[in-house]
Amino acid sequence: MTHRLSATAPSFRESKRALHWLFFGGVFLVFLGSARLAQVDPWSLLDARARANFLRFFAGAFPPDLSTEFLRFLIKPTLETIQISILGTAIAVAIGLPLGLLGTATLAYRGVLHAREVFSAPARRGIRFLPYVASRALLSAFRSIPEFVWAFMFVRAVGLGPFPGVLAIGIAYGGMIGKVYSEILEAVDPQPLEALQATGASRWQILAYGFLPQAYPSFVSYTLYRWECAIRASAVMGLVGAGGLGQQIEISMRMFDFHQMFTLVVILFGLVGAVDWLSARIRRRVFAR
Amino acid sequence: MPRVQSSIADARSVVPRQPRRWFPLAMAAAVVILVWWSARGTEVDLPLLFRDGPDAMFSYAGRLFPPDLRPEFLLDTAFGGLETLAISIMGSLLATLLAFGVVFFASANLMYAGVLFEREAAGRIRGGLRLSFYLGAKGLLNLLRTIPEIVWATVFVFAVGLGPFPGVLALGVHNGGVLGKLFGEVLENVDRRPIEALQATGASRFQILIYGILPQALPHFLAYALYRWEVNIRAAAMLGLVGAGGLGQQIHIAISLFLEHQLLTLLLAIYVIVTAVDYLSAYLRRLII
Repeated sequence: MTHRLSATAPSFRESKRALHWLFFGGVFLVFLGSARLAQVDPWSLLDARARANFLRFFAGAFPPDLSTEFLRFLIKPTLETIQISILGTAIAVAIGLPLGLLGTATLAYRGVLHAREVFSAPARRGIRFLPYVASRALLSAFRSIPEFVWAFMFVRAVGLGPFPGVLAIGIAYGGMIGKVYSEILEAVDPQPLEALQATGASRWQILAYGFLPQAYPSFVSYTLYRWECAIRASAVMGLVGAGGLGQQIEISMRMFDFHQMFTLVVILFGLVGAVDWLSARIRRRVFAR
Repeated sequence: MPRVQSSIADARSVVPRQPRRWFPLAMAAAVVILVWWSARGTEVDLPLLFRDGPDAMFSYAGRLFPPDLRPEFLLDTAFGGLETLAISIMGSLLATLLAFGVVFFASANLMYAGVLFEREAAGRIRGGLRLSFYLGAKGLLNLLRTIPEIVWATVFVFAVGLGPFPGVLALGVHNGGVLGKLFGEVLENVDRRPIEALQATGASRFQILIYGILPQALPHFLAYALYRWEVNIRAAAMLGLVGAGGLGQQIHIAISLFLEHQLLTLLLAIYVIVTAVDYLSAYLRRLII
């Protein structure tokens, strides 16, 4: 192997090395250009004004506001954040699962299920292919527009409150969940599918007994991860008026009340940690089968 | 016959305990109840949504068309897009450097446990010092990670003023925490055998790091950094909300001032950039691994 390479490929290797240098030079230039465009200025972090502001911020944040009335007031937004994240994730699954199934290549037009119908009529294949392409395009549009933009538009469409937040999470995460579900489905072991097909099972039966049992643990795991992200996203949703803890963070920030903001960030921290713990437990149960 | 029976008994003892049957059912019930509770709490009005929702959305979507394609606005959009791209690139670079600087202290098998240390009865002081470094690094990464980008962005806007640079810092700091966790998982999963082999030759701990651990870990580090870049491009667009430049700021303005045609152009720009970064990052990751 090495012998053959060294005998035939010095010029090839030379050109490859040149290509490497070109590549790294390009990356370096991109970094340099980005630094200029993003106005990166590390020294500005150290000048007196920035230091004073940092100090004011952190000194202003300690101690967190733990007065009972504030804490009692926070119960509702905290519950609202949890509710937004749960319902948003549920809607995301309701959107992502069907679109993901339609957008799975091994279900739509290629792979074991279709190996025997290579010569099927072009019209029929077109009909199979069309929903696949359409659902993929839809999913990619859903997930490419960030959730805060969705939230913005839904606030315009249905008014302020937690509901636009739910819809935004549902749509944006639906796009991501649909894509990942279809990737999981495309990666399942094809042997059980072949076995099922050999018994004469219908497509639906193959989906129910071949695909889904294999994909189910990964589905659950990814959905739980998205739920965690949804809790975190609520901090952003609030900025555009879509309810939850984020809205309180926005208000405290506006009023420069860093004590309250600190409390809010700690609560968010706790929520994310709790969800993380809970999903780790559920994951272990699901994968233990 | 007895042999068969005993092998069945063996199999039974080997097969792990079946999870209880009620678990999936209980989970399903819990999910239904939680979703119902969330729907009530977030004031979801499904009949209203299905009666008026589609009309409102379609009329809103209709007002977006046609996109604003005047050359001077396209130029603005292109500049905003470049700025967003630059913020995401610089933010990812900063995050990678930060994570790379901290992660070695935050991985247990480099600091106090595992192969490298099993031959050594560490003194109490030295061991304590190691452990405190480890805990400190781990705590730092946790802190950076759990505070959302948007909160970091407000802190930095407060400290260094408006503009893209606070966006870079926010992305870098938050994702430094995320990458630190991901890098740490890579380090804890490296193959031990090269490490043991190096140790047997009498290599110092630093040499083991350079020749045994890094060659295994670096490609994964890079792959994770690229993956975070995909996430960061979306986040960079969002940071505009708090005055950190880029497309997000323009979207914020366009929505607030009801400039719907411009909004559509900006949304298309985000779609193009996000999709392009997804493809580029996937391509580079395939090159690396």
